[in-house]
Amino acid sequence: MKETPQKEDVEYWRWQEYHRVFSEKKWKNKDVITAGVDVGSVGSKATIMIDGEVYSWGVMRTGSNSPDSAKKALDWAMEGTGLRLDDLKYIVGTGYGRVNVPMANKAITEIACHAKGANYIWGPRVRTVLDVGGQDIKAIRCDETGRVTSFLMNDKCAAGTGRGMEVFADLLKIPIEKIGEVSLEVEEEPPPVSCTCVAFAKTEAMGLLRKGWSKEKVLAAYTHAMAIRMGNLIKRVGLEKEFVITGGQSKNIGIVSRIEKALDVKCLPMPDWRENGLDPMIAGAIGAALFGKALYEKAQKS
Amino acid sequence: MITAGIDLGTQSVKAVILKDNELISRGKAFSGFDPAKAAEEALGEALKEVKLAMSKLVHVTATGPGMDMAPNSNSTVSMMGADAKAGVYLFPNARTIVDVGAEEARAVKCDVNGIMMDFVVNERCAAGAGAFIEAMARALEVKLEDMGPLSLKAERASSINASCVIFGESDVVSLIHRQESKPEIARAIFDAMADRVSSMVHRLGVNPDVVLVGGVAKDVGFVASLKRKLGIDVLIPAYPEYAGALGAALVAVNRVRKA
Repeated sequence: MKETPQKEDVEYWRWQEYHRVFSEKKWKNKDVITAGVDVGSVGSKATIMIDGEVYSWGVMRTGSNSPDSAKKALDWAMEGTGLRLDDLKYIVGTGYGRVNVPMANKAITEIACHAKGANYIWGPRVRTVLDVGGQDIKAIRCDETGRVTSFLMNDKCAAGTGRGMEVFADLLKIPIEKIGEVSLEVEEEPPPVSCTCVAFAKTEAMGLLRKGWSKEKVLAAYTHAMAIRMGNLIKRVGLEKEFVITGGQSKNIGIVSRIEKALDVKCLPMPDWRENGLDPMIAGAIGAALFGKALYEKAQKS
Repeated sequence: MITAGIDLGTQSVKAVILKDNELISRGKAFSGFDPAKAAEEALGEALKEVKLAMSKLVHVTATGPGMDMAPNSNSTVSMMGADAKAGVYLFPNARTIVDVGAEEARAVKCDVNGIMMDFVVNERCAAGAGAFIEAMARALEVKLEDMGPLSLKAERASSINASCVIFGESDVVSLIHRQESKPEIARAIFDAMADRVSSMVHRLGVNPDVVLVGGVAKDVGFVASLKRKLGIDVLIPAYPEYAGALGAALVAVNRVRKA
């Protein structure tokens, strides 16, 4: 068991690493068991599927070594399932570190995987997917099969991504899971900060605190600016209902509610991932595992 | 006549004291959470060095992003204005002043009198500023002061994303895992920064002499890369990080004379 850290060394940015197994499902050797491993810049996610149904997953922080992170996430998804690497018929790697997933049979871009995964989580009505990860923002349009029809991403600048939120959590001493709620605890929405550069996040926050702003107001101003950046990306790709958000920031109610306001649209409801639902953070890994199934079956036929 | 200039930067506050037009002392303090206090410390240190009381200062001019927080200042001047004044004071033939600090980079075009004519700044982005080198040194696990000398050992440079500090950091981590040599990675980091800074200079038109000031001017790695990118020599004063404060103090002299 890990010991609870002493109060002074609390790492407020550190989000919960966890894994889950739907233990009511049982796997048999004849099943098509596939895995998707999504190595993001900040989080590594692995999902195992049995005949195209989610069976288990693991979510953890990406270390400095992508191949290691991929292996650890996959091991965690398999933990307690009795599965071994050999039992997995096909593994697809995706995400920022997809070329560094040593056990993968194939690498597929995370854009395709997120659309496919969102289609699985929310069903065929999904047409626009916003994926907000540690340093990426992607706005994706897709059809009823989860096939990508167009997309846009932040390719030159990491401003307004999850990494900035981690900096704020640490500086303001607010656990990252609470940051969305806290950002909504303002009577009036402050104007957005002018600069969301992750490298400047600390200076930006200190400047506002110095002006006498409350933590809540500082967070609201930063979250507001992030939501505007994301909203603009979606406007450029074109918003078509139904709309969903995937990736780590989908759990940030401060971001989600502000994007909804900026675009005047409601997202499809978030699955109860803390209970028995799927986690929107693993959408990419789900998509990858689904591609794995299709590729495996295609190979069997030929 | 004794005047002072204070430059309230994002990382540190610098102060200089002039007697007539002659620089007689300097002081520095970390900005921290309270730049006003840091300004008092920096100015106090400079005054102490020449055994002067605050009351001897005829005029104090503040500059830098935190200039509005300066206590005991009589006036303020823009960072570009201060750079232009200091550049021409230090090198009379200077027509382009490049100032690279912790979180800011700018290029200033000026005339023979040190009057600012035009400028370009890196707004809202850390790529091209000192923060870039700091973040990359952390990723590379090299001390900040060792980055420059390390980069000079490389014959060629690796390739990294220069558009964003955060993306650059990820690139550096991947390069380490591909076991590229640290000097080549370090050189790539300085080349990337120099690319950003030289493109600012090009937007103004390259008017020699080009003078480089700001804390990053002390980094031999960045200086070498900038010279290569610009294809001309770059002049660097002693104590380049005090240029902003010096410019402010020179402005203070002018303001007293005009009054």
